[in-house]
Amino acid sequence: MKLELRGITKKFGALVANDHINLTVEAGEIHALLGENGAGKSTLMNVLYGLYRAEEGEILLDDVVQHFAGPGDAMAAGIGMVHQHFMLIPVFTVAENVMLGHEDTRTGGRLDLVAARKRVREISDRFGFDVDPDALVEDLPVGVQQRVEIIKAVSRDAKVLVFDEPTAVLTPQETDELMVIMRQLKEAGTSIVFITHKLREVRAVADRITVIRLGAVVGEASPTATNVELATLMVGRAVDLTVDKAPATPGDAALSVRNLTVLDPRGQVLVNNVSFEVHKGEILAIAGVQGNGQTELTEALMGLQPRVSGEITLDGKSLRGHSVRQVLEAGVGFIPEDRNEDGLVGEFTIAENLMLDRSNDEPFVKRWNVQRALLAKFAGEKVREFDVRSQGIDTPVGRLSGGNQQKVVLARELSRDLRLFVAAQPTRGLDVGSIEFVHERIVATRDAGTPVIVISTELDEVAALADRIMVMYRGRIVGIVPGDTPRAVLGLMMAGEAPAGEGAAA
Amino acid sequence: MSTVTPVVQPAAPTAPETPDFEFVKSWKVTIALSIFTVFGILLLVVFGRDGISTMRLSTSSDLIQLPDVELPTRLTGIVISVLLLLITAASVWLVQAQAKAPIWLISVFAVLLLIGFLSWAAADKAIPVPGLLFGSLSLAVPLIFGALGGVISERVGVVNIAIEGQLLAGAFTSAMVASLTQQPLLGLLAAMLAGVLVSMVLAAFSIKYFVDQVIVGVVLNVLVVGLTGFLYSQVMAPNAELLNQPPRFERINIPLLSEIPIIGPVFFRQTLIVYIMYVAVAVVFYGIFHTKWGLRLRSVGEHPQAADTVGINVASTRFWNVSIAGAIVGLGGAYFTLGSVGAFGKEMTAGAGFIALAAVIFGRWDPIRATLAALLFGFASNLQNVLSIIGSPVPSEFMLMLPYLVTIFAVAGLVGQSRGPAASGKPYIKS
Repeated sequence: MKLELRGITKKFGALVANDHINLTVEAGEIHALLGENGAGKSTLMNVLYGLYRAEEGEILLDDVVQHFAGPGDAMAAGIGMVHQHFMLIPVFTVAENVMLGHEDTRTGGRLDLVAARKRVREISDRFGFDVDPDALVEDLPVGVQQRVEIIKAVSRDAKVLVFDEPTAVLTPQETDELMVIMRQLKEAGTSIVFITHKLREVRAVADRITVIRLGAVVGEASPTATNVELATLMVGRAVDLTVDKAPATPGDAALSVRNLTVLDPRGQVLVNNVSFEVHKGEILAIAGVQGNGQTELTEALMGLQPRVSGEITLDGKSLRGHSVRQVLEAGVGFIPEDRNEDGLVGEFTIAENLMLDRSNDEPFVKRWNVQRALLAKFAGEKVREFDVRSQGIDTPVGRLSGGNQQKVVLARELSRDLRLFVAAQPTRGLDVGSIEFVHERIVATRDAGTPVIVISTELDEVAALADRIMVMYRGRIVGIVPGDTPRAVLGLMMAGEAPAGEGAAA
Repeated sequence: MSTVTPVVQPAAPTAPETPDFEFVKSWKVTIALSIFTVFGILLLVVFGRDGISTMRLSTSSDLIQLPDVELPTRLTGIVISVLLLLITAASVWLVQAQAKAPIWLISVFAVLLLIGFLSWAAADKAIPVPGLLFGSLSLAVPLIFGALGGVISERVGVVNIAIEGQLLAGAFTSAMVASLTQQPLLGLLAAMLAGVLVSMVLAAFSIKYFVDQVIVGVVLNVLVVGLTGFLYSQVMAPNAELLNQPPRFERINIPLLSEIPIIGPVFFRQTLIVYIMYVAVAVVFYGIFHTKWGLRLRSVGEHPQAADTVGINVASTRFWNVSIAGAIVGLGGAYFTLGSVGAFGKEMTAGAGFIALAAVIFGRWDPIRATLAALLFGFASNLQNVLSIIGSPVPSEFMLMLPYLVTIFAVAGLVGQSRGPAASGKPYIKS
């Protein structure tokens, strides 16, 4: 089925998320929609799927104008979507999720689960998936959940299938497998819209590429274009895809973690007997697919996890079993992985956020009073130093862009005397300019002799920053390898295979 | 390194040295059992009473007459204390052996403690067991209707604090309509309608205008209390003969079933409303877990956005199901006036709606379990009635607390971290 979008314009208040976007996807082609975070790709697709109503423009399927009042209409017209955040009900089984919305029933209104199971098996077999129709979705790994989403769309005879940032949660191997599935779907005549900001994937699988920047189409490219060409088009200026950094000059071991185990309240082992060291003046990157214990490991370091056993020592002093405050006072700086949830108070001003972790002592608080003048001076300096673009230090942080918010977090953490710096997903959801800035500051921190831990699920980031790379899988360390380890090896390690020869260095 | 083929399962991890699960020792159950055991021993042995406790198992109208069970009070107390101690010891041993105390063991403990307490309280007296259970069911009926409504409402994603108001509105309207028309069935219908109306206000404010559901619910309760109180004193009470003398439903004895010893007199010599309740429990259970209606209802309460993306209208699903819930709760309200008391009285529901809410949570949002929880609360209430009638040595003030104590212990202690519908109480705001 041929899909055509003509002059789609979508506004959120004053913000124009999509500005007269034209896009044509021919039948049986994989069309990549490339753009930075916040460029308006997902908005466009939500318009297509009937979740948003566009102010202007029309959607055509096989040259017939469509009017979608909601996702139900879009699906009936043959549009399917694999959402970035899976639209699956965690407590339902696979079969129940697939049948939801177009249920077959038998006498007495009883759900026809037999037919639904059969359908899931049929589609699974067609694509070579191994999905148990009776498994609860919440028990499945994310890669399999994504397949359930695909099954869901295929079971409704989707002729146009939209993949919204599908690889964000996948290992490199799973990503390769997804590419195979996309080609299979294409062979079967399905048109595919593939939304992403990862250049490598676009070039691997797309037939045509449309690049979007700031809500408008800025050009088309062929998959033979180079990374630099695509990146330049996407960002709007020449970009440097590598981080300038001198070789590390590691000093003594500063942080030492021995046999660290973290349990959740139900007794499931989240971090499993982990041991490693971080030296002064080096960046240890912790790589791995989301949800393999990295989050819990950092939280354990910060004193945020209740059930921790093992040893954590920083410069010879134990950190385990201490409160978050004590950990901070020991000189640990921390960028949490979700800045809006854990890093900032959105309603507070920039200045207030800059003193959040020093709110019960001098210099910012004297005799229970916040020293406003001192704070203003400090905030002014930091805003300048970290290039936070805002209307002033009294702007609520919630109104800043993601990049500027992250700079506030970075400024706060780096303005203390650090003995260890932990950055979890430091560039998630940021634009290229901010990513460059954050990376520079992290390298500068290392060069100042501070041990740095960077947790990232993006292999590009890991490769750009790391002096050593530690890969985690299911709560365990698969191995600790040098920073220049080839991507293919890292990919296998992220799927749980220990690097050949060396064995688990843990 | 092996080559990776497109299969679902990721490559097997390197030989796991330790398992992915570790047992978290929880002493909660053991501590609770110990406290109750100490309490039991104190009561049954230290302050043990002498005499014979009689348990009457049949009513005079039964076809099959069971003999009375006579228990020597002190001996029963000692035997039961020993058994309680053994179970507590077993639970200590289980935790040490890294296992959980099975639910049946806890149930046996509770039943033993209950028998011990009953025999202690009834020294030299007789407890009419069918009467005790019959009364329990009667008191549980409005709780069960309330809990069913609560389950539906919460499963679809709207917290229903207004159960109390819906019960009261149902009680008032059914009394009024049934008195005017002299038709109890019309009263029943009116009660459902009143429940639906209260529900619709809750639904409109929480779904359309995103007002905090708990606050709307609380306000509705206060509103209904005020409104029915006002109408009662201004309209109903002055014309009580015309407006507040509803005909009651007759008891219907189900042939054969009503002659089963103990069970028959309790469950099958009831009024129409109670039989409707049996059907309602079964229908709601079947509906929620085995039909299209239930699947959609649960999906909306768990992950409204996912439901939206497969073409389910979240707002209308919520609106209509909250209304259905209101109709069911309204039936429970009618039971007060048409089934048990026989006339409306100011604030006659006396917190039953909140106990029903507790039953929803204690029952983990499952219609059958919530019903059982409601029965437990009904039993606790009626135990107090029966014991004060036969004249037990327990102060009546303490016994009045019993149902609420049971509620608190049940919800706080036994449920622990139960997981409700993920989106319950959260408005679905489409951007």
